[in-house]
Amino acid sequence: MPRSGSPAQPPRLDLPGWVFAPAAVGMLFVALPLAAMLTRVDWADFLSLITSESSRTALLLSLRTSTVATGLCVVLGVPMALVLARARFRGQDLLRSLVLLPLVLPPVVAGIALLYTFGRRGLLGHSLEVAGLQVAFSTTAVVMAQTFVAMPFLVVSLEGALRTFGRRYESVAATLGASPTTVLRRVTLPLMAPALASGAVLSFARALGEFGATITFAGSLQGTTRTLPLEIYLQRESDPDAAVALSLVLIVVSMLVIGLARRSASRL
Amino acid sequence: MRRVERDVRWRGRAPRGSATHQPAVTTGSLNRMTAVFAAAGLLAALAGCSGSGAPSEGQSADQTGSAPPAGELLVFAAASLSSTFTEIGERFEASHPGSAVEFNFAGSTDLVAQLQQGAPADVFASADASTMDRAASDDLLSGTPTVFATNTMMIAVPPDNPAGIAGFADLARPGVQVVVCAPEVPCGSATQRVEANTGVSLDPVSEESSVTDVLNKAATGEADAGVVYVTDVQGSAGRVMGIEIPADVNTVNSYPIAVLAGSAVPGLAQQFQAMVTGPEGRKVLADAGFGAP
Repeated sequence: MPRSGSPAQPPRLDLPGWVFAPAAVGMLFVALPLAAMLTRVDWADFLSLITSESSRTALLLSLRTSTVATGLCVVLGVPMALVLARARFRGQDLLRSLVLLPLVLPPVVAGIALLYTFGRRGLLGHSLEVAGLQVAFSTTAVVMAQTFVAMPFLVVSLEGALRTFGRRYESVAATLGASPTTVLRRVTLPLMAPALASGAVLSFARALGEFGATITFAGSLQGTTRTLPLEIYLQRESDPDAAVALSLVLIVVSMLVIGLARRSASRL
Repeated sequence: MRRVERDVRWRGRAPRGSATHQPAVTTGSLNRMTAVFAAAGLLAALAGCSGSGAPSEGQSADQTGSAPPAGELLVFAAASLSSTFTEIGERFEASHPGSAVEFNFAGSTDLVAQLQQGAPADVFASADASTMDRAASDDLLSGTPTVFATNTMMIAVPPDNPAGIAGFADLARPGVQVVVCAPEVPCGSATQRVEANTGVSLDPVSEESSVTDVLNKAATGEADAGVVYVTDVQGSAGRVMGIEIPADVNTVNSYPIAVLAGSAVPGLAQQFQAMVTGPEGRKVLADAGFGAP
């Protein structure tokens, strides 16, 4: 194969052919179950299945709680990522592992842990109750469960981005006399924007799909704690057609969110 | 005794271990083919994660006609039967040398769904009649189901009973946090019947999909009370305290068992069903709090 000599045009890099076979198997492995589900959708009753009162309530609750949870992830996760990526202190590695733990923790375990912390008989439960706050079986509990499992996605995206940028722009700004807050506001945060957008979307998608921690920690009551995944799980008991239809709705919503986010992130 | 909990063993039991993976590779370099076979092997390994460890065909062929029928029995049973059926399974293996009983414990609805998708099983024991009816209407059963146990409802409260619950009417008191099963699942419809019988209408803080979740919320003190089966309280080992619901307003849930039409060892399956419905099974079930049919 003749190599292109121009330095402006790097040689075209071809993937070795054998990479495609396992890649195709992997793609099939992911796509086939989704296709199989599509074949089970009861299209004739699809609209009535997904617009039933319980379905609409569950979808709205899911969108509402996931939005609030994503907001909390941003408010708490951005400072956490900054501290993990920019500060230096003892025990930082341990702290990073702890913050990322919910990524690998089974959600049920997350739910049990939350229960023993914020539940009525948990570590903080009594103090909360004295303060007049009851988390158990409330929508707040759903948001907390979603935030707990979704936050690491945001922190991971941001921390990776921060490390990739390095500190040179920030150093320049500081030598020019900018205060730390000005550097953060005028240099670091704008640099972080695309990673923040994709991290927030990942968090939202994770919160939308959250099931295990919610059912363990928050319970399941229509309009209060029964989010779309919980509704799907329950409908499967009595009306499998409705469960399939709602699963499709959840997939479409998730894909829309991811698609929109990718487009807006690439524009940033 | 192998106690296996898993979703479904998808590979049929007939020609065991005769995996026939022949990916259609028409063209391509040796590299590409190697990759395809490696990938197919990976998939096969994934599928094989539910490893069967079944006796080979030769082993069972060694059995003479005079010996009791030996073989491997796969029993699909409701989750609430897991401790009792495990014990009955051990007794069955002891009295039927050469036999091995495996269990798949899950919610009755899940089990029927798996059977409808072709899961190979020999016996099905469900936690309510309507689930068994669904299996029957899909021609999955070989005979008529027999009711082998009953269960009634009970109130479960944390051991210190913080809300001072003394009876079903107390559950409707304002400020009492009560958790029940959702009406869509058998324990939830049973709770609704008790509500109708007592005339007490509950305003639960949560309607769970499984009775285990109701029990755990009472056991952890997250809820003041939950409505569960008598056997759940008995099996909780003191994690909850039970408060009776009088028999005249209580409701009876019956547990049917049946041999499945797709069973490769119907004789053995029949014998297992006989043990469950017979005095030996009766005793194990009664010890766990199940009522007589």
